[in-house]
Amino acid sequence: MLITEMETGQSAERGPSRSNRSEPVSKMPDASPSEAKSTDNDSLYAKHVKIYPKRAHGRFRTIKWIVMAVTLGIYYLVPWLRWDRGPYLPDQAVLIDFPSRRFFFFFLEIWPQEFYYITGLLVLAALALFLVTSVAGRVWCGYTCPQTVWTDLMIAVERVWQGDRNARLRLDKVPWSAESIMRKGATHLSWLLIAIATGGAWVFYFADAPTLARQLVMFEAPVAAYVFLGIFTATTYVLGGIAREQVCIYMCPWPRIQGAMFDRDSLLISYRDWRGEPRGPHKARQSWEGRGDCIDCHQCIAVCPTGVDIRKGPQLECIQCALCIDACDEIMDKVDRPRGLIAYDTVRNLEAGGGETVPIGFLRPRVLLYATAMVIVSAVMLTALLLRPDIEVSILHDRNPLYVKLSDGGIRNGYTIKLLNKLYEPHSFHVVIAGLPGATLTVVGQEHEPQPAVAVPPDELQSLRAYVTLDKKAVAALPGDAADFSLVVTDAATSNHAEHKLTFRGPER
Amino acid sequence: MANPETDEANRTTGHEWDGIRELNKPLPRWWLYVFYATIVWAIGYWLLMPAWPLVTSYTKGLLGHSQRQSVAVELDAAKAAQAEFRGKIAASELETIVADPELLHFSLAGGEAAFGDNCAPCHGRGAQGGFGYPNLRDDSWLWGDGSLAAIHQTIEHGIRADDPKTRTNQMPAFGRTGTLSEPQIGDVGEYVLSLSGRADDQAAADRGAKIFAATCTPCHGADGKGKQTLGAPNLTDELWLYAGDKATVMETIRNGRGGVMPAWGQRLDPETIKELAIYVHSLGGGR
Repeated sequence: MLITEMETGQSAERGPSRSNRSEPVSKMPDASPSEAKSTDNDSLYAKHVKIYPKRAHGRFRTIKWIVMAVTLGIYYLVPWLRWDRGPYLPDQAVLIDFPSRRFFFFFLEIWPQEFYYITGLLVLAALALFLVTSVAGRVWCGYTCPQTVWTDLMIAVERVWQGDRNARLRLDKVPWSAESIMRKGATHLSWLLIAIATGGAWVFYFADAPTLARQLVMFEAPVAAYVFLGIFTATTYVLGGIAREQVCIYMCPWPRIQGAMFDRDSLLISYRDWRGEPRGPHKARQSWEGRGDCIDCHQCIAVCPTGVDIRKGPQLECIQCALCIDACDEIMDKVDRPRGLIAYDTVRNLEAGGGETVPIGFLRPRVLLYATAMVIVSAVMLTALLLRPDIEVSILHDRNPLYVKLSDGGIRNGYTIKLLNKLYEPHSFHVVIAGLPGATLTVVGQEHEPQPAVAVPPDELQSLRAYVTLDKKAVAALPGDAADFSLVVTDAATSNHAEHKLTFRGPER
Repeated sequence: MANPETDEANRTTGHEWDGIRELNKPLPRWWLYVFYATIVWAIGYWLLMPAWPLVTSYTKGLLGHSQRQSVAVELDAAKAAQAEFRGKIAASELETIVADPELLHFSLAGGEAAFGDNCAPCHGRGAQGGFGYPNLRDDSWLWGDGSLAAIHQTIEHGIRADDPKTRTNQMPAFGRTGTLSEPQIGDVGEYVLSLSGRADDQAAADRGAKIFAATCTPCHGADGKGKQTLGAPNLTDELWLYAGDKATVMETIRNGRGGVMPAWGQRLDPETIKELAIYVHSLGGGR
C-alpha cells in the first residue's frame, strides 16, 4: 500500500505489512490515511508477502528453544519408549492399537468403552488453554502449538542454509545461480527430511515402533502406514515450511475464539506506547528529553514470524511469541534505556500509562472459573481412574423372549454375561446365584458343573450364556411377575467379587 | 491501540449503508487458488468417477468405479475368509464342532444370522415360537430328543415336507371323519386337560379316558406322554404347541393338525444347516 510506505519511508528495511494490496490505488495526495478510501478497482485478494524473520537473542528465544527441544523430543521419542506388560501384551509405552481396540499409555490401558477418559483429557486440555489464555494471552500459540514449533524449526533450518534475514532477502532478489539453487535446494531437502521424520513418528504411535520402522525401510509395511506417513510428510512440509504464518492468520479458528478470553487484566505482549511515543530515530549522545524511547529501528518487526508491527497494539496476526520483546530489549540495552518497552503487560496497566502500576489481578472471575472447572474435571477423572475396576462384569437379560416356560411349568430366563479381564494375566471366575430361592443357574457349555468356572484370557472379554430356572413351585412363590436377584462373579485367584443386580421375569399375572 | 476505522490495514470498499461502512480485508490470493484447485478437482472427479445422472443411466467415469462391484468384491473376500472355517465345519461331526471353541463361536454367529434370515418368520426372532410354531427355547421337543443330530435332521429334512426322509405323522381329524361325535370330542378334550391337572368335569374326563385309551394311545401312549420318535406330543406337560384351552384342544381333535416345516436341505448348504442345528441347540433346549 502506497500510503503505508509513504508514512514510514523505509520500505526496504521494514518488514512487510499485512495491509498489502496487490494493486496500488490511484494517487490521492490530499487524502489523509484516516480518510483514505479505496476505489472500486481495489482488489479483494492480497498477494502473499514473504516474511523473513530475523534471529532473535534473549530470554524468550531461549525459552522457546527449550520448549521446542522438549516438545519435539516428546513427539519423536515417545513411541520408542518400552513398558513391560508381561508376555501377552505389547511392550510399547504409548500405543494406539486399532486392531485390538486398545489404547496403551504407560500404566494405563483404555478400552473403547472407556473413551470418556480421552474426552475428559480433551476437556481438561481445553480448560487449561482457556485458563492460560485468560492469564497470559496466546501462550499456546506462541510457544507450544505444533504449527509454531515446526515453523520455528523450519526457519532455523532455513537460516542454516541461507543465512539470517538480510542474507535471505538478498538471496531472493538476486537472479538464480548455482549457489542460490544449492542453498535453496538444501533447505527444501532438509525440510522434506524433517517432514518425513515427522510423518514417520506419527505412524509409530499406531504400531510396534521397531517392527514398523524395519517394515517401512524394507517396503513391507501396511499401505495405511505409507499413506499416513505421506499425509503427515506433506502437511509438515507445506504447513511448517511453506505456509507458516498463513496457517495462523487464515486457517486457524483459535485466534478468533481467544479474543473472547482476554480481558483488561490479561498479560499480553504489548508495546508500552506511553513510554515509546513520540518515536523517532535517535543519534548517539542526543537527549532523551521530550521524546519516547522507541527509536523506530523496526527490529520488533524484523524478528516477528508473522510480520506484524506490535506497536499498533493487539492484533489477530500476533501469535504472542515474545520474540519482539527480546529484539527490543537488545536495542534498549544498546541505547542505554531501561528494558521492557515491549513486554508482557495488561491493558489496564497500559491505560494507566506507567503512572502507577496496577498489580496483576490473577483472582478474576474467569480465571477462577476456569481453574475451578479444571479442579472439578481433574478430581472426577482421578476418582474414576482410581475406582476403575480391573475386572468388569456386564450382564444383559434376554428381551426376546423375556422368559421361557418349561414343560414342568417352571420358568427360565436367559442372560448374556460379559466378563472383562483388564489384567495382564489370565483369570478364572466362578459365577454363583444369590437372592432367588429355588433357582438353579446353568452356564451353557458347563451344564453339569455345580460351580461353573470361566477362564478369561488376559486383556480380553469373555462372553457366556447363562440360564436361571425356577420350578413351578418357586414360580408360584414369586411375589409378583418379577423378582430381583443377583449374580456374584468371583475371581478364583484373588476371591475379589462383583455382585450384579438382575431381574427374573415370569408370565404376567 | 489499533482503530479499525482509521488503520490503513482496514480499508473500506467504499460501500456505505446508513453509516455502516464495509471494510475490505483482502483474502489471501492463495486461498483463491485453492478454490480454483477444488474446481479442477471436481472436473477431474466428474471424468474419473460416476457423476452425472442421465435419463436411463449415468456417466460411468473413466475409472469404472462402482459401489455395487465393491460390495461384491468385499462379499467375496468375506466368503473367502470364512472358507477355512466352513471347510472344517463341512468335514467335522456336529459334536466335534461344538467341542472346538473357535468353530463353535463361528457356527453360533453364522447360525444366528441364518436363523434370522430363514427361521424367524415362523419361529420368531427370539426362537420363542407362536401358535402352531414350536418354541425352540424350551425343554420339550416334538420330534427327537433335542440332541444335535435330531435337530439337524429336522432342519435338513423338515416336517411333513416334500422330502423322502422328512419326519411325518398325522393327527387325524376325528370329528370331520366322523370317528368321534362332538360330545365324545368334548369328553376326550376334558380328559386331555386332566392329564395336566386342569379338568373341570371329572365325569366327562372319565368318559374321555376310555375313548382316549381306544383311539389315541397308539401315538400318544397310554399315559399320554407322547412319543418323540413319532412326533406325538406329550399331553401331560404344561406346554402347548396350539393353545392349551379346551376349545383349541377340541378343535385339534375335531379337525386334526398338520403343521409343515420346510426341508431346508433343499435350500441351504450343508454347512449352514450344521450351523443352524448348533445355534438352535444352544438356545436352552438342547440336550
